[in-house]
Amino acid sequence: MRRAAAARGAVIVAAAAAAPLVVWNPYQLHTLIMAGIFAVLALSLNLLLGYTGQLSLGHAAFFGIGAYAAALVSVKLEMSPWVGMLAAIVLPGLAGWGIGRLALKLRGAYFVLLTISFAGVVSLVSVNWMDLTNGPLGIPGVPALAIALPGLPELSLRTKGAFYYLVLAAVVAAYVLCRRVIASRIGRALVALRENETLAESVGIDGTFYLVLAAAISAAMAGAAGGLYAHYTRFVSPEVFLFTYTVTMVIMVVAGGKGTLAGPVVGAVIFTVLPEALRALTSWQWQMLLYGLLLIATLFFMPSGIVPALAARAASRR
Amino acid sequence: MSVDQHLEVSDLAMRFGGVAALAGVSFAVRAGGVTSLIGPNGAGKTTAFNIITGFQAPSAGRVAYAGRAITGWRPCRIAALGLVRTFQKTSVFPALSVLENVLTGLHLRGAVGIGAALLRRRRVAEEERRLRSKALGVLEFVGLAGRRDDVASDLSYGEQRLVELAIGLAARPRLLLLDEPASGMTPAEKAATAALVRRICDSDVTVLLVEHDMRLVMGISDRVLVLNHGRLIADGTPGEVQRDPEVIRAYLGATHAAA
Amino acid sequence: MDQLLQHLLNGLLLGSTYSLLGIGLTLVFGLMNVVNFAHGEFYTLGAYGTFAALVGASVNFFLAIPLAIAGGALVGAVCERLLLRPLRGASIDTTMLVMIGLWIALQNGELLAWGGVAKSVPTPFSTAPVVLGPVSVSRLRIFVFVVSVLLIVGAHLLLTRTRLGRAMRATFQDRETAALMGVSIERIHTVTFAFGAAMAAAGGALLGPVFLLYPSMGDLAAQKAFSVVILGGLGNFVGAALGGVLLGVAEELGAGYVSSGYRDAVGFVIIVLMLLVRPSGLFARAERVG
Repeated sequence: MRRAAAARGAVIVAAAAAAPLVVWNPYQLHTLIMAGIFAVLALSLNLLLGYTGQLSLGHAAFFGIGAYAAALVSVKLEMSPWVGMLAAIVLPGLAGWGIGRLALKLRGAYFVLLTISFAGVVSLVSVNWMDLTNGPLGIPGVPALAIALPGLPELSLRTKGAFYYLVLAAVVAAYVLCRRVIASRIGRALVALRENETLAESVGIDGTFYLVLAAAISAAMAGAAGGLYAHYTRFVSPEVFLFTYTVTMVIMVVAGGKGTLAGPVVGAVIFTVLPEALRALTSWQWQMLLYGLLLIATLFFMPSGIVPALAARAASRR
Repeated sequence: MSVDQHLEVSDLAMRFGGVAALAGVSFAVRAGGVTSLIGPNGAGKTTAFNIITGFQAPSAGRVAYAGRAITGWRPCRIAALGLVRTFQKTSVFPALSVLENVLTGLHLRGAVGIGAALLRRRRVAEEERRLRSKALGVLEFVGLAGRRDDVASDLSYGEQRLVELAIGLAARPRLLLLDEPASGMTPAEKAATAALVRRICDSDVTVLLVEHDMRLVMGISDRVLVLNHGRLIADGTPGEVQRDPEVIRAYLGATHAAA
Repeated sequence: MDQLLQHLLNGLLLGSTYSLLGIGLTLVFGLMNVVNFAHGEFYTLGAYGTFAALVGASVNFFLAIPLAIAGGALVGAVCERLLLRPLRGASIDTTMLVMIGLWIALQNGELLAWGGVAKSVPTPFSTAPVVLGPVSVSRLRIFVFVVSVLLIVGAHLLLTRTRLGRAMRATFQDRETAALMGVSIERIHTVTFAFGAAMAAAGGALLGPVFLLYPSMGDLAAQKAFSVVILGGLGNFVGAALGGVLLGVAEELGAGYVSSGYRDAVGFVIIVLMLLVRPSGLFARAERVG
């Protein structure tokens, strides 16, 4: 069965890899790239929400810190953009570790409040600390990523097509990372935390340790998405901390299927492609309004999300 | 089995507001055998369990296990020493299968950390195989092997309590604290539980249990401790305790009632 | 010294409305165990409701405010009936997410209804401030303060002296017994939630004229409400009342002496510090055990 799943995965990845050959409209390619970035974000949020059961409403903060780290390292420190990407992963990871350690025994709504407050403070800092972040003006001129291996000509990832492959690779890497964590005893520990923390502690599972671990990994992944975003749009401003990003992430995970690995990816694709398709018809306010209503509807009628609902239907037909 | 496996509880006290749930309790549980902790409702038995296993910090007193002072330790750390407990209210992982429930109990028997999880797929696969076979072993011991793929919440009450027991056993306890393992069970289930407890004891695990069913307690215990109003009022063999006038007074004849 | 007194006074006046917000949230959070992330939207509805009544229907200012509050209560009751009642047995996470969905839907609904351009609410008060020795305060703020205090006192009386209040407290302490005593549990839930919404709407109706109206104004209000709830302790009426004033004063002092740009950070920082150090609130008695 594992081979069948792996084969299915390979087919999907191959199809995705072939996409730029078919989709050459740059706008549509842009949509796919954003879908990929959001897929990484959704997978990161899912690691916390879907597996440990703790909701972070401040994930846009990790995304934003990653974006700013990448931008600052390559623009202000003038180092290689790959060092910036590394910073985009490590710095938010440290922040996530910090949040996890600070949160300690906080669970449920208190944890949510902590993450909201953290995000609020970070957002205010990005607007007010002009010396570091240029405030509302943002940081323009973030260089494109390029692969420079010795002996080979430099391969610039400036074009949409090239960047798409980078994002695809990132999505696959994020998916594999999540899968490996979940398939090990770490994943079981996370789920145990969600299902019955007291029982988990009684058999030796250190709740704080695993929550911190999940928070750090989750934040690092969100930061990586932020770094990708920075090198794609080549411009970073406090808008990365907009709550709409967090909301979109939550919808993708909850509607796609939290606690599954395919759910967030499916959710990311649906909720990136759908708004672009609707853009011609309605404004983004209607879109966000629909998101709110959709979140409520999903929780009422399909509480586990689209992927589990489809899987259940497929299973009952067999 | 090492000699130094016993539990020492000294002057344990627990006060909430003006009420003393425990008012200075001291006892020791030596390795081996089944010891029961009994007493009327509100005597402080579950409080004692909570303190011993780290779920509550005492107002005063000390707990030592295997030669280490463990007062105030976190439950996960105490479990790592081999001191595992079950809970009064059925405590399982409801959405997981029976097998996954027991696999979770085997957490400490695994060693894979984040590095290995990400980079050493073969090692993870090997560990999973090893843990799975151990889990099946535990399930066979408690008699639930046939239900291994069923979701825990689908099981009957008695079966769920068995799952709970299996999870605790999976953690490889040297001292197993059972909090009312037979509560809410039919006489047949109780007999099966009693037999299971003796089998656990025979496989080199010391058992300390809290129970209300006197027949069950007197039937399987090697030693009985009696709490009343947060104090230890008797400590001896089942026969000695049943004849103790203070115990009889505390229960007002409940020892003679059929369970 | 004069400046300090002015800041303290401003903090007290502003804080009284934070108390209103906090009381509404602490009752819903503490009694119903619902994390109402849509709380800020009732605040916004209260503000826009006042605006609509005043500007759209040319209602008298002193009538527009109670109308807006009543409107907020009504919307709250409808939301409870439609969204919370069916989910009564669900986990706190699900209700939390549903409230988040409501938050998003309401805010964008407000955006669509009234547009993103900030509006100001005309008031009948003259802008000339009242000077009391070393400090001065606008008439509008005095009015806001007086009404807030009246509402807080009224709410307290409602909870402690009326049958309804007793029924509310009984329901949330021991549901089964309350039901046996003839209390309609469903009705109490709806009333409690509507009460919380009304308090938030009152905050919005009162503060709307002081500041400007814009659709996302509720976000900050909600954050401050959460700060107050955490300061005062979950479900703690008096704690929320005191916490609101504390927050107002802290903000004023922070804005005055540190930096006005980070003014709103005060609330966030309070949340973080309280959660880390004393999540049960400043005014709670010793930590509950077990």
